[in-house]
Amino acid sequence: MQTNWTSNHFFHLDKLLLLGILSLSVIGLVVLYSAGNQDWDLIIRQIIRLLMGFVVMFVLAQIRPQQVMAWTPWLYLVGLLLLILVLIIGEISKGSQRWLNLGLFRFQPSEMMKLVVPMMVTRYVTGKSLPPSYGRVIIAILITIIPVALVIKQPDLGTALLIGSSGMFVLFLAGLSWQLIFGVLALSSLCAPVMWFFMHDYQRQRIITFLNPEQDPLGTGYHIIQSEIAIGSGGLYGKGWLNGTQSHLEFLPERHTDFIFAVYSEELGLLGILLLLGIYLFIISRGLYIAMQAQSTAARLLAGSLTLAFFVYIVINMGMVTGLLPVVGLPLPLISYGGTSLVTLMAGFGLIMAVHTHRRFLSG
Amino acid sequence: MLSTRFILKDSINENQIFYHRVIIAWIAVIVAILLIIGRLIFLQVVAHERYTTLSENNRLKIRPLPPNRGLIYDRNGVLLANNRVSYSLEIIPEQIKDMDKTLNELSQIIAINETDIAQFKKRLQQTRSFIPVPLRYRLTEEEKDRFSVQNYRFNGVQISSNLNRYYPLGPIGVHMIGYVGRINEHELEIIDQSNYMGSDYIGKTGVEGYYEKELHGKTGFQHVETNVQGRTVRILESMPSVPGKNLYLNIDIDLQQYAESLVAQHRAAIVAIEPNSGGVLALVSMPYYDPNLFVDGIDVKTYRELRDSPDRPLFNRAIRGQYPPGSTIKPFTGLAGLEYGVRTERSRTWCRGWYSLKGQSHRYRDWKKSGHGSMNLHSAIEQSCDVYFYDLAYDLGIDRLYSFLTRFSFGKKTGIDISGELSGLIPSPEWKQKLLVLDKQWYAGETIIAGIGQGYMLTTPLQLAVATATLSARGQFKQPRVVFAMEEEESFNEISLVPTHQETLSLKQESYWDAAIGGMKAVVHGSRGTAGKIGLHSPYYLAGKTGTAQVITIKQNERYNAKRIAKKFQDHALFVAFAPLDEPRIALAIIVENGGGGSKTAAPIAKQVMDYYLLRKPSLQVATKNSP
Repeated sequence: MQTNWTSNHFFHLDKLLLLGILSLSVIGLVVLYSAGNQDWDLIIRQIIRLLMGFVVMFVLAQIRPQQVMAWTPWLYLVGLLLLILVLIIGEISKGSQRWLNLGLFRFQPSEMMKLVVPMMVTRYVTGKSLPPSYGRVIIAILITIIPVALVIKQPDLGTALLIGSSGMFVLFLAGLSWQLIFGVLALSSLCAPVMWFFMHDYQRQRIITFLNPEQDPLGTGYHIIQSEIAIGSGGLYGKGWLNGTQSHLEFLPERHTDFIFAVYSEELGLLGILLLLGIYLFIISRGLYIAMQAQSTAARLLAGSLTLAFFVYIVINMGMVTGLLPVVGLPLPLISYGGTSLVTLMAGFGLIMAVHTHRRFLSG
Repeated sequence: MLSTRFILKDSINENQIFYHRVIIAWIAVIVAILLIIGRLIFLQVVAHERYTTLSENNRLKIRPLPPNRGLIYDRNGVLLANNRVSYSLEIIPEQIKDMDKTLNELSQIIAINETDIAQFKKRLQQTRSFIPVPLRYRLTEEEKDRFSVQNYRFNGVQISSNLNRYYPLGPIGVHMIGYVGRINEHELEIIDQSNYMGSDYIGKTGVEGYYEKELHGKTGFQHVETNVQGRTVRILESMPSVPGKNLYLNIDIDLQQYAESLVAQHRAAIVAIEPNSGGVLALVSMPYYDPNLFVDGIDVKTYRELRDSPDRPLFNRAIRGQYPPGSTIKPFTGLAGLEYGVRTERSRTWCRGWYSLKGQSHRYRDWKKSGHGSMNLHSAIEQSCDVYFYDLAYDLGIDRLYSFLTRFSFGKKTGIDISGELSGLIPSPEWKQKLLVLDKQWYAGETIIAGIGQGYMLTTPLQLAVATATLSARGQFKQPRVVFAMEEEESFNEISLVPTHQETLSLKQESYWDAAIGGMKAVVHGSRGTAGKIGLHSPYYLAGKTGTAQVITIKQNERYNAKRIAKKFQDHALFVAFAPLDEPRIALAIIVENGGGGSKTAAPIAKQVMDYYLLRKPSLQVATKNSP
């Protein structure tokens, strides 16, 4: 602990990463003010969540990664139990069962698994030398697939996608053979038609809508069409902050949560988006840099996979809002209004920062 | 030892693999970001204009501003049709949690019957959830107040006000004024839809139907910014509507009402025309009905009763009732005889009570069994001698009779300015050829009975009135006109007269008119006139002609006995007349269905109408509502 005091890290925080996160938070609040029709209550609630997030990030950044790794199997087991519990006694909201009502607040176990699954996979694959053997790969996939399946059952496709990909990113960074990667990709594309049978009607409808949004302009295709209109009408420079007609006239659905990117694009235009993407790229690059700098394999894998999972958020959200991908409910990280996922995100950054600031003590 | 070396070697390998993978991942990130940027460039640069248009369309809605419908006045400025604010109860479906409960609670403060609810539920399925659906129309003031007090209990229930057509005189003149009703699917295809965007009603019959374009006016528009629910956020620009033109009718509504009261117990029609202008003074078709019933959509039961009533109140007898003119045609047949030189005013025909063609045994009976004796045109009209006109028609032949009668608007539409006129029928061999019956040949007997207005011949009361007016004006044909003038945009100085079509029917000699008119004068004032009773003590001279139209054919050897025949098979009573004789101010035709003889039933009513008009009314002048 003593060395800690002398190492210029009074608090274990990464300044560059913090700068990126802070600037995104500010941009997020500015856009939210417009998207939420200048509702100060909304802004204040978001600020409170951001503050909670920063506290969680700060606390996690102070914990040594080895310590976190030691807790991982227990966290994983508890997470699985909670996911099962959700399916049994969870609260149903908007047609899916995601929350456990803990009296004071509602808790979403799937959020916690976004972090715990990559931690668990990391811990498991780093138990032996890398690249992992086929047998270990299969186990690692099972570690990932079980919570993913439980989350799909809720159903929460977006979160399941994130949990699954963060688990897979660990394997990818651990040196999973390319044959296997392409093999799995080929296999899953073959499985796609089979998946169709296991999907909920609304999920099928989303895919049909994605392929042809004009087919049902007032129904499921409505979101995508309105969102594309908002983005397209924004143009190069945008209509100006608070001047987005699409969003302010309530044509855009979920405009302060999952579809906030459309509001942003309409009001700030392509130039505004380039700035936003620049900040995102900066954060991702910094995260990957931290991963490369880390001195233990486990720390590397964890920081790398969490960074890439963060990127998946961005790609999926922007992809769906711009009509490149089917609509799955995922927020735009640090910009969308949202509770639990924001805190999870910040917790992830806390873990990444911990990897960086504690790196001197990780060798061995 | 082995294992340690192995681990160390692997560690270097692990690092290398990891660095590679991170770089690959970073490149993948860049590629994905470029893909997104590419998509955004497509949306925001390439397709920018298209999306801008879509976005404008999204927020800009054009909301129609329906024009106020023009008002209708009679010639003295009496209001016949106006617009009245009425209140309806509406429900916005999306704001109602439990519809049945709401309906139940509403029915405790406002009278809502099962039909209302059934119609409401039907409309409910047809409209989007944020559009208010009407539940009850025409709330009374009391109901409106009662609801206003309880308003707080009903979120999503509201009272809306609309301008509704209202006919203050109710059924009076309904067959001439007409009524408005909801636009039906057929009308939707015909109308200029953009001009009717905000209008629910359209003129259906009468003046309301014929002058729909003028009465409706031009719909204005408001460009409004809306949110997705379609609710107005602000008004961007607005183009006011142009109100419909006010109409002034030639109709004297007092005369109309009086005439209606005279035939209130009958199925009858009266058409009165001002001969020197063609202006329609009264247009009566009885029985009638209240047009106000149709304005808000008539309920099925009431409509069925009206439609299925044997008296057919919805039927406009004045312009659509086609009856054999009977003897009322005789002055015109007589004129044809003079015009074609078949008869002179002095030519005489012997009437022995029946007529038959050479070599045929069939006897065409005269109404007077004993016969009229020696008849000239004057006395034949006065006494309505059938034999004289049988003989005349035979000598004329059907072609000449046909072409002469057609000049008086018989057998074709008069062009009156109300919707739905029928043309009647003047038979001709050509017409019979086109019929889809086996026997297409024209017989001389058919010509003979045409001479007294029987057989195939059909006329409308309107045609009879127009022909009588033309006769009274010695050939000056004036197209009949219900509307006298139109008032533009509620500015009283811009009154435009409705143009009328007019033409002159000139005969070879002016004196022919005198012969026909003289005969008609004798009908009323002559010692043997068929309508002599009405001429007694009349302060003015008038001319007329009685008529009786057979409803059933009387067999050759049977006698017509009114008492033995059910009412509905009794003859129709007709009378045509004009007065005063030297300067006619009114010409009219009347038919009383199953009224028996024209002299008995129709002529006295006609006399009362003329008395009322000529003796109790000041001379004609069209007054606007604010003229001195």
